[in-house]
Amino acid sequence: MIEAIGLTKRYGAKTAVYNLSFQVRPGVVTGFLGPNGSGKSTTMRMILGLDRPTAGSVTIGGHPFPQLPNAPRQVGALLDAKAVHGGRSARNHLLSLAQLAGIPAQRVDEVLGVVGLQEVARQRSKGFSLGMGQRLGIAAALLGDPQVLLFDEPVNGLDPEGILWVRNLMRKLASEGRTVFVSSHLMSEMALTADHLIVIGRGQLLADMPVREFIAANSAGFARVRTPEGEPEQREKLTAALTEAGGQVLSEPDGALRVAGLPLPRISDLAHGADVRLWELSPHQASLEEAYMRLTQGAVDYRSTDDRLAHLQAPPQPGQPGYGQPPQPVIPEVPQQGWYAPPPPGQNPYASPQPSDTPKDAR
Amino acid sequence: MTAPTPSPAPHSYVSPIPVRRAHLGDALASEWTKIRSLRSTMWTLGVMVLLMLGVGFGVALIVAAASEYPAENESALGMGFFGLLLGSICVMTLGVLTIASEYGTGMIRTTLTACPSRGRVLLAKAIVFFALVFTITTLTATVVAVAQVALVSGPEPTVDQWLRATVGAGLFLALTGLVSLAVGTLIRHSAGAITIMIGVMLMPLVAAMFMMAESLSGVRDWLLAYALPSQMIALYSSVPVEGASGPTGWDPVWIMLVLALGALGGAFAVLNSRDV
Repeated sequence: MIEAIGLTKRYGAKTAVYNLSFQVRPGVVTGFLGPNGSGKSTTMRMILGLDRPTAGSVTIGGHPFPQLPNAPRQVGALLDAKAVHGGRSARNHLLSLAQLAGIPAQRVDEVLGVVGLQEVARQRSKGFSLGMGQRLGIAAALLGDPQVLLFDEPVNGLDPEGILWVRNLMRKLASEGRTVFVSSHLMSEMALTADHLIVIGRGQLLADMPVREFIAANSAGFARVRTPEGEPEQREKLTAALTEAGGQVLSEPDGALRVAGLPLPRISDLAHGADVRLWELSPHQASLEEAYMRLTQGAVDYRSTDDRLAHLQAPPQPGQPGYGQPPQPVIPEVPQQGWYAPPPPGQNPYASPQPSDTPKDAR
Repeated sequence: MTAPTPSPAPHSYVSPIPVRRAHLGDALASEWTKIRSLRSTMWTLGVMVLLMLGVGFGVALIVAAASEYPAENESALGMGFFGLLLGSICVMTLGVLTIASEYGTGMIRTTLTACPSRGRVLLAKAIVFFALVFTITTLTATVVAVAQVALVSGPEPTVDQWLRATVGAGLFLALTGLVSLAVGTLIRHSAGAITIMIGVMLMPLVAAMFMMAESLSGVRDWLLAYALPSQMIALYSSVPVEGASGPTGWDPVWIMLVLALGALGGAFAVLNSRDV
């Protein structure tokens, strides 16, 4: 159990973390999310007693980390996979850590086996790939077989097989009753791994809730409804009926309808009542990514802009066609679509060309 | 929604590996593993041994080939000075690297996560480094001293002179290395700390050379007497380098001991108060 109370860290004038209070409970994987520079790593360092909080406190199992009896046997951490001396072999690196913590040396070979680095254990870690470095860092975290585990970006640079392995490892560690605290930028990965989320932005707590609740609270699920193509009057009829029943209906560019606020069976009943045929009625559960983007929109420190190569372009001559004013980006009302409905059968543009009786209009 | 809610703590994990409290002995074993598994250790100490042996034998052979030994009242042991001076640069480099390389690579965070007691880590580093450098320097200095006395005819050295040229040289160099280790802890940057240490070694002599003014003669004499190379000469000779005021006998070792303890004390205080 990790418990932070009013945690604050200032570096000079910059406040990295402000008044952060949360609990990380054992038995579940807790995800730690936030944009770049939002204070995730600073928080992790304060948990481990490496940085001293300006105000507030953070404890592990009731003790601040430096006062923890047998700290390395209770807490394992992967902060930065590059935090190894490249000139030392993987095995010697782990051996020195094991000796420092009073862990038997045969444990080193065990964790090397767990992370799959036995073959390269005697090579200097300088030549390791990013993924191998991550595995070495994870091995160091597992060395003490600890009850509390902290991982900062554990899947960085791992191959798909490695990502799956980390996911299963996290879940297994948590199911053994350990406290697992993982930060990551990969939302899809977090959605699969974490049970609980702590989200911070600009050093402040934005959310502390289960993943499912987080998605439900920060984005609306909706139903996608498609009426027969080429019959706009059917669509209008259905829109009117749904709106009358209290649903919010939005038109999608390809003619489908996005209906929020009505359960799927009710939509079907209403369509039946209005005598409208449906070509599609599908539930759309918002992704964690959408929910996260929506929540942290205001808290992003480093935002990229379009590279317009403005200085390379000749100034537009009046009356001459060319690159004029770039089109202003349209801010969408609804979150970006996470997936696209597959085209109806027979209209697959990638299939072999078939005689089509309904010419598609260019969009 | 953000208020932490107390939860009934579910079953917590208990490791099957027996738990025992780590102590300084564990940290010593760890630091020994670290220092022996790096090539920089082999390089710096290897070069040091080669320099001490090469220069020591070379000087002895040249002097032996000359008709007579220049200083009548000095034993042949004094020729060990040249090797010691060159060896000290290697020891300083290794002393700085022992800790600064951990800062450079970020390894220090991993280390201090595995052992939150920062003082213990620094103490273990200092002990392991001191023991290693002392052993190797003393052995090398002994070989050089025996060879020099055998090759060059001169007055027979006393037991005290023998001890100073072997154990004394080892202690002096190892303590100089500890000062470097402390400076490396304070600076946290390899190149910076090594440069500072070499500056500390050379600056007093260089500065003293330019202190021509009569009013500065006191400072100049002091610098000439207490500069690191002068202290090394004093370690071998029976008379102080500059008049009667300079260090004699075992004084250089005591001076270095005080310096090393002071520097390590400062490093300890800073290490404990600073964010890693």
